[in-house]
Amino acid sequence: MPLSSRHLLGLHGVPKEDIQLILDTATTFREVLDRPIKKVPTLQGKTIVNLFFESSTRTRISFELAQKRLSADTINFAKSGSSTGKGETFKDTVKNIEAMKVDMIVVRHESAGVPQFLTRISDANIINAGDGRHEHPTQALLDLYSIREKLKKIDGLKVCIVGDIGHSRVALSNIYGLLTMGAKVSVCGPPTMIPRSIESLGVEVHHDIDRAIRENDVLNVLRIQLEREAGSSIPTLREYHKYFGITRERLQQNEDILILHPGPINRGVELSSEVADGPFQIILNQVTNGVAVRMAVLYLLGTL
Amino acid sequence: MQIILKGLKLIDPQVGLNDKNDLLIEDGVIRKIGELTKEDQSNAEIFEFDGMSCVPGLFDMHVHLREPGREDEETVLSGSNSAAAGGFTGIACMPNTNPAIDSAEVVQSIIEKSRRHLVDVYPIGAVTLGRKGESLAPIAELHEAGAVGYSDDGTAVKTASILRSALEYVKMFNSPIIEHCEDESLAGGAMNEGEVSTSLGLPPIASVAEDLIVMRDIMMAEYTGSKVHIAHISSKNAVQLVRDAKARGINVTAEVTPHHFTLTDESIKSYDTNYKMNPPLRTQEDVDAMIEGLQDGTIDCIASDHAPHSIEEKEMEFIYAPNGILGLETQFGLVLSELVHKGHLNYEQVVEKLAINPRKILNIAVPKIAVGEKANLTIFDPELIWTVDIKKFKSKSKNSPFDKRLLTGKPVSVINKSKMYFEDKFIEI
Repeated sequence: MPLSSRHLLGLHGVPKEDIQLILDTATTFREVLDRPIKKVPTLQGKTIVNLFFESSTRTRISFELAQKRLSADTINFAKSGSSTGKGETFKDTVKNIEAMKVDMIVVRHESAGVPQFLTRISDANIINAGDGRHEHPTQALLDLYSIREKLKKIDGLKVCIVGDIGHSRVALSNIYGLLTMGAKVSVCGPPTMIPRSIESLGVEVHHDIDRAIRENDVLNVLRIQLEREAGSSIPTLREYHKYFGITRERLQQNEDILILHPGPINRGVELSSEVADGPFQIILNQVTNGVAVRMAVLYLLGTL
Repeated sequence: MQIILKGLKLIDPQVGLNDKNDLLIEDGVIRKIGELTKEDQSNAEIFEFDGMSCVPGLFDMHVHLREPGREDEETVLSGSNSAAAGGFTGIACMPNTNPAIDSAEVVQSIIEKSRRHLVDVYPIGAVTLGRKGESLAPIAELHEAGAVGYSDDGTAVKTASILRSALEYVKMFNSPIIEHCEDESLAGGAMNEGEVSTSLGLPPIASVAEDLIVMRDIMMAEYTGSKVHIAHISSKNAVQLVRDAKARGINVTAEVTPHHFTLTDESIKSYDTNYKMNPPLRTQEDVDAMIEGLQDGTIDCIASDHAPHSIEEKEMEFIYAPNGILGLETQFGLVLSELVHKGHLNYEQVVEKLAINPRKILNIAVPKIAVGEKANLTIFDPELIWTVDIKKFKSKSKNSPFDKRLLTGKPVSVINKSKMYFEDKFIEI
């Protein structure tokens, strides 16, 4: 059974069967990653462009690695290194790259909606690697995968997303994906970091980190953007840590909790160092699983 | 020269007209209304307009012509042609050109360029030099050159103190200050804040940004006793603020655009930048409040905020694309489809909102359908079903979200300054 769409623009509206298929396929690829030779010929002859209009290290490396493991030919385009700075429009840039005959485009951009825009101007399969504060579907898929790997299910779990929900593309994709897979989702953070009407998506909102720890099976803790937040949406990082930081002491309220973090971590802000390195978190598993999940997405779209 | 317009339903609430009659126009002046004799008909060119209606020439008080500065997007000429095609005989053009309309020379050059055109073009002068909000533009000189109102459109007048000066200064001419109401510190987003912005992940603009400046401006109008006109009102609360202010006798008027009484932020789900404008599309509640405001007179007029943008500027990532859409050639069709045929407004109210009130606000003589008056008329087919086609627009730009939309009611012809626009041609009459 193939996926129902030839693009992965977000998890909004993606049916449960598709998510299930991606996660199951990822399980196969996850095994490949443990082999001595970590390469399969699945996407041999396919050309994939990584269009990164916003700086990214881990997502780009993860995608690149996934592409190489699948034997695809890959090209990297980063905004600073190419013609966008010379005043070329986004559309012209994409048209030029497409003229070189590419099969798939992985795109990261600071504007929400760019992946949708790409589907109108390109014939390639489009994979969203993060658009503005909108969606980051492969991150959410690897979160789902990691939760399922650890807790053996997603359906019926209580998951709380903690931190700057308003500026986070990870939050929105997680909300859509988790709800589709049957989890009960809440968000927790200072009110300035919770976007208006987010309840309409079907999530509960509260501002009590201790309650979040007590009542949930999983916390997905988001990164606080150091440069952006202090002084505007929160008074200081110290105050954020005091009221929303996950510490060893706080975790004593729930010794079974699972902690995810999309990285990079700000130690001493959203997570204390002890928690970041401690027994409850699976942060590095997420990173490994990310490669497998991206392999699954690339494979399923590339062989559709 | 004589022309006869036959079979028209003439509608003009100023003279209590609403019935089918023939019109005889001689040298651009209405000579006879009603039964025409054989003699009347012998020398005249006759136009058959059976089933169509005729109202005083429509006026759009909020148009961006882009000249001087961005003549690739629109010029005085192309914008005037677009107005004529859209059923308008008069427009007022906003000063956010480059250079801004902040000197008599720019006012004169726009008026000069439109002198021989059917459509009357009235420049709106900037309130402050360069629209920077720092020092007053030479308002008296602008007035003398022909400006009919003052605005820093694109932004609100920056501070209450410079707004106060402007409001007091324009009392000499009884001109309005036309305000783009948006609090600067809350500005900068890409769409209305709410459920949809949250689900689309686009940076939001809070509707309270509009309400705050509407409130400030109402209080300033009350304090100074001057006229404030709220441009493109779009939020429910702002409509209520204007309603309350009017009830208290404060000199405030308001306009709404067709897109703000037709579309909601749900349209942005496609990330089509033709739905990006400022003020942004809001919710169904707000749309309903616009219609209610039009019905009870809180909103005095309808104006397009016609904002041409080049294809390459609009075909961009959503957060970078400029705000604004075309309006002149879809406005009247949308008014007829969305307001008249849905039973929200009658034709008399439409004439008030689109012909009488905007001119009154700007102190421009209002044309009447009466013997001895200059013929300044809009003729339309109220029942014609047509499809908007941006390729047929007279505007130099194409940025309309209404492309391919089915509308009921279409302008057919306009007459003004002894000229007639009919079937794509300008004719001397």
